[in-house]
Amino acid sequence: MAQAISPPEALEDAPARRYSSDAAGLGRLRAGAFVAPALALIAVFLVFPALWVLYLGLTNYRLTGVAAAEPQLVGLDNFVKAVSDPAFWNSTWLTVQFVLGSAVIGQVVLGFTIAWLMRDRTGPLKRTVEGLVILAWILPSAVVSFLWVALLDRDGGTLQALLHVPGLAPLLDHPMLSIVIFNTWRGAAFSMMLYGAALGNVPPSHLESARLAGASGWQQLRDVVFPHIRGHILTNLLLISLWTFNDFTPFMLTAGGPDGQTEVLAVHVYKVALQGSELGYGAAVSTVILLINLVVAVFYLRLLRSKK
Amino acid sequence: MAAIELRALTKVYPGGVKALDSLDLAIPDGEFFALLGPSGCGKTTLLRTIAGLETATGGAVVIGDRDVTGVQPGGRDIAMVFQDYALFPHMDVTDNIAYPLRIKKVGKAARQRKAEEVGARLGLDQLMDRRPGQLSGGQQQRVALARVMATQAQAFLFDEPLSNLDARLRLEARTFLKKLQRELGVTTVFVTHDQAEALAMADRMAVMEAGHIRQIGTPAEVFQRPANTFVAGFIGSTPMNLLEGTVGGDTLEVAGCKVPVPASAEGLLTDGERIVYGVRPEYNTYSAEPADGSLGGKVVIVENLGASHLVTLEVGDVLVQAVVPEGGEPSIGADGFATPRRDRALVYRDGELVSA
Repeated sequence: MAQAISPPEALEDAPARRYSSDAAGLGRLRAGAFVAPALALIAVFLVFPALWVLYLGLTNYRLTGVAAAEPQLVGLDNFVKAVSDPAFWNSTWLTVQFVLGSAVIGQVVLGFTIAWLMRDRTGPLKRTVEGLVILAWILPSAVVSFLWVALLDRDGGTLQALLHVPGLAPLLDHPMLSIVIFNTWRGAAFSMMLYGAALGNVPPSHLESARLAGASGWQQLRDVVFPHIRGHILTNLLLISLWTFNDFTPFMLTAGGPDGQTEVLAVHVYKVALQGSELGYGAAVSTVILLINLVVAVFYLRLLRSKK
Repeated sequence: MAAIELRALTKVYPGGVKALDSLDLAIPDGEFFALLGPSGCGKTTLLRTIAGLETATGGAVVIGDRDVTGVQPGGRDIAMVFQDYALFPHMDVTDNIAYPLRIKKVGKAARQRKAEEVGARLGLDQLMDRRPGQLSGGQQQRVALARVMATQAQAFLFDEPLSNLDARLRLEARTFLKKLQRELGVTTVFVTHDQAEALAMADRMAVMEAGHIRQIGTPAEVFQRPANTFVAGFIGSTPMNLLEGTVGGDTLEVAGCKVPVPASAEGLLTDGERIVYGVRPEYNTYSAEPADGSLGGKVVIVENLGASHLVTLEVGDVLVQAVVPEGGEPSIGADGFATPRRDRALVYRDGELVSA
C-alpha cells in the first residue's frame, strides 16, 4: 500500500524541481565536466576558425611570398577592395540567381509537388519515387557531379546522344540554367520530406470542408494547405537558401566558367583565395558572405515570428 | 431543400471490407434523420458517401430529383458540419462563415452581410472578429453551423455534432440543434453513436450494424418496439432484459417463471417453440410480494439513477433488471419480484420481433 501512496508525494515535489536550475542533480562542476568535451570541439572547429577568418580578413595574408611569412594588418582595405570589385558583385548577382532559381523556386516547387502528389499514396510507386529523389540527395557530390557532366558533356554526353543533337553543350551554352537544374534535382529530397511530414499535419476534415464548399485544387492549397504549413515553408526556405548560398558543388560541374558565368560566391572565394593565393582578401569576402547569410536568416526568422 | 434517397448503395473499401451492403433509404424533405450504430457499423461511411467524400462502389445517391452518385462533393449542393468543426484557424469568424460563399464567387459585401446575418441569428455577433482558437467549443460549433446555414444548401450533414462538447453543454446543444433544424426546415442527416442523442433529436432514425440498416423508424417506434434483438440491446439507457424461454399455451416459461404472452405476440406463437422474451427495465413493475406473472428472485445490485433506481434481480441463473422509483428501493439480498407490463413486453423469434 505504501507504493500506492507515494505518487501524490512525488507530484508535490514536481513544481519545486521544475524551477531548479540543477535539473539532473549533478552539481555545477560535474555537469560542466560532461559538457566540456563538446564545448572544446565546438571551440576548436567552429569558433576558432570563424574568429581566425575575421582576423585574416584584416591582413594581407597570402599563400606564398613575404606576406605569407609576415602578414601585415591592413585594416578594411580588403573590404574596400571587395565592394569596388565588379567580379565580386557579379558573383553576388550570380549567387542570387542560383539561390532563387534552384532553391526558392526549384527545390521548393519540385519538393512540394512530389509531396502533394504522393500524400495519399502508398505502395511501390510512392516508395520508388521517394527512393529515387532521396538517392539524388544522399549520393556524394563528386559522384553526382560526374554523372551530370557525363549527361551534359559536349563530347558524346548522354543527353546529346538521346536527343540526336550533335554539338549540344548545355554546360557551355546555358551554364547557369544547367547548375540551377542540377541543384534542383540534387536538393529536392529535403523539401519533399519536409513537406511530406507537414502535409500529414493538415487536418483531413479541413480539406474535405473546402471540397464540400466546391473549392478547386488550387483553392484548397491556398485556403487550407498553405496557411497550415506556413511555418514549415519558411523553415524550409531558410535552410535551403543558406545551404544553396554556400554550396560549392557547381564548381565541380563548370569550374565557375565559362567565362565566370557560374562563379557564385563560394566559387569566387575559392578562386581568389586558393587559385589567386590572396588568402586575406578571400577571408574578407567570406566575412561578407557570412554577413549576407545573417541578413537572410534574420529576414526569415522575422517572418516566422510574425503571426500574420 | 430536398429529399435524399439511397438506392442499393454499396461501399467496399480496398482490401474487401464491406462498409455498406446494398442500403436502401429514403429521407423525406425537411426531416431530421439520425444514423445510429456502434463504431464500425458504417454510419460515418454512409454520411460521407452522401457527401461525396467517399465514392460509392455501387448503387445511387439521389438528392432532390438529381442523381449525384458521380458528382463531386462541391457540386452536390449539400453542407456538412464535421466532428472537429473544421474551422480554418487563420480566418476570423466572418471569413469562416462566408468561406463557401467566397468559393461560389459571391461579392465581398454580399457575403459579409450574409455572414453577419447568420452569425447574429446564432448569437455570434460579438465574436465575428475572433479567430477559432479564441472561441470555446460551443461557440466553435455555432460557427460551423453558421457556415453551413450561410450556404443555403439543399441538405445538411452532421458528423457526430455533439461529441466534442462537454456533457453539460451537450444537453443544451441538443435542444438548440433540434430547435434550429425545425426552424430552418432543411433536410438534415446526422451521425451519432449515442442512442440517447438519436432518440432525443431525430424525427426518424436508422439503427445500423455491420453495413446493414437493422431498423428504421421514429424514436418512439424504435424504443418501444425494437425490430430485432440487436436494436433491443442497443437502444435505451438501460439495456433491455432479453430472456430465453419456451412457449407453453398462453404463457411463456422464462427463467423458471411463468409470464403471460405479451399482447403484441398473441396468437402468433406455437406451443413448445423457443423464443426470447424482451422487456425494458422501465416497463417492469417491482414489488416485494409475488404478483401474477412476475419474475421472482433475489436482489443482487441496486444502482442509483437519480430519480429512480435500477434493481438487478437474480432469477434462477439469469439477471433481470427493473427500474424502481425513488423511495421504493429494496435492500440487497431481499426477495424481489418484477412484473413485466403485458402491453410493452415483446417476443423475439430467431432474433426478429414477433408481431402482426
